[in-house]
Amino acid sequence: MKKESEKSLRAFAIELAVYAVLVTCYFFLVLHLLGNWLYHLETQHRLTYAIVALLLIAGQAVVLDALTTVLFRLLRGRWR
Amino acid sequence: MFFPISNTHISPIYLAVVGFLIGILGGFFGVGGSFIAGPALRLMGVDWNYAVGTDLAHIVGKSIVAARQHRTLGNVDLKLGFIMAFGTIAGAECGAQLIQALKRAGNVNMVVSWVSIIVYFSIAMFMLWESQKTLRSANKRSSRSHPREDRSAFGPVTQKIQRLKLWPTISLPTSGIQKISLWTILLVAFVGGIFSGFLGGGAGYIRMPSMVYVLGIPTHLAVGTDLFEIVISASYGTFTHAMKGNVDILIALVMHTGAVIGAQIGAVSTQYFAGPKIRLAFVPLPLIGAAIVIYTLMTGHKL
Repeated sequence: MKKESEKSLRAFAIELAVYAVLVTCYFFLVLHLLGNWLYHLETQHRLTYAIVALLLIAGQAVVLDALTTVLFRLLRGRWR
Repeated sequence: MFFPISNTHISPIYLAVVGFLIGILGGFFGVGGSFIAGPALRLMGVDWNYAVGTDLAHIVGKSIVAARQHRTLGNVDLKLGFIMAFGTIAGAECGAQLIQALKRAGNVNMVVSWVSIIVYFSIAMFMLWESQKTLRSANKRSSRSHPREDRSAFGPVTQKIQRLKLWPTISLPTSGIQKISLWTILLVAFVGGIFSGFLGGGAGYIRMPSMVYVLGIPTHLAVGTDLFEIVISASYGTFTHAMKGNVDILIALVMHTGAVIGAQIGAVSTQYFAGPKIRLAFVPLPLIGAAIVIYTLMTGHKL
């Protein structure tokens, strides 16, 4: 039981590290590229901005959730 | 990092860490965490209107992740969540109208502050009394109770509410409720919505306890269903705030990267705690909310 939780903890720590690297890339690539376009939308086309904002946050939730689940599953399998 | 929409410079690491902390709270207690996110954004110089709207957008993303985790654990009653979303949206609109009326009367800050202090304090004291009483009686009954066992000292009152025969009545098999008036559910959601519109945020600190004590939903299911319901009502709130120019979606996206991990930890942690223990741990949350309002009242600074 103790060994199992140690493995889970180790997998979680690695997951966090891998996730942090991926998220940093995401900050600099995707958000940097989207920034000006979203700013333009917010000032010029509010309705489109509102819809895009909702789609972006929901889409990111689904993608990141899937990413963390896959990462955790992979790492748990590797350490088993 | 510069966020052009709200015209502010904020460290993405700060946003991710704040998101992570709120994610844990949201996943474990089923609350939006606006009482932390709002002040945390204000602290970095984000205007109040952007703090409120952006926080709602971030809540949508975080609640999707946490609700999905809870659904995997069997903690979401979809039927109840959909019904409650209608009551919450209607209540939120009424709450917002109430704010407008108070603004016109010129005493909005004082009224909202005192109402929120009384409400937060009452919830905390009631939950402290109820969870301790339940835990004490559980200890007398058996020293080895199941970790997910969920009894409430307020149970007899809840059963009386469930027996109200106001047509139409529905059954909620997932929550283990054979018959309950639709109006009771809508009323609970509506009151939660009023507080959401009146005090801001998702008002999970009112809705989650109401679901447990008034509707009789088991705590784990109340947390999961509340999160699912928040996805719908916060999406509506995000849309209306975005239309009014109150949402910086870039800030919300960065905060959400931390919240994803936090929400998963919070959601998974619920399975190791019994309902009364989750309710007891919930007690400091409304008290933190009350402390923030008292600070605002005493210093005149809005956090």
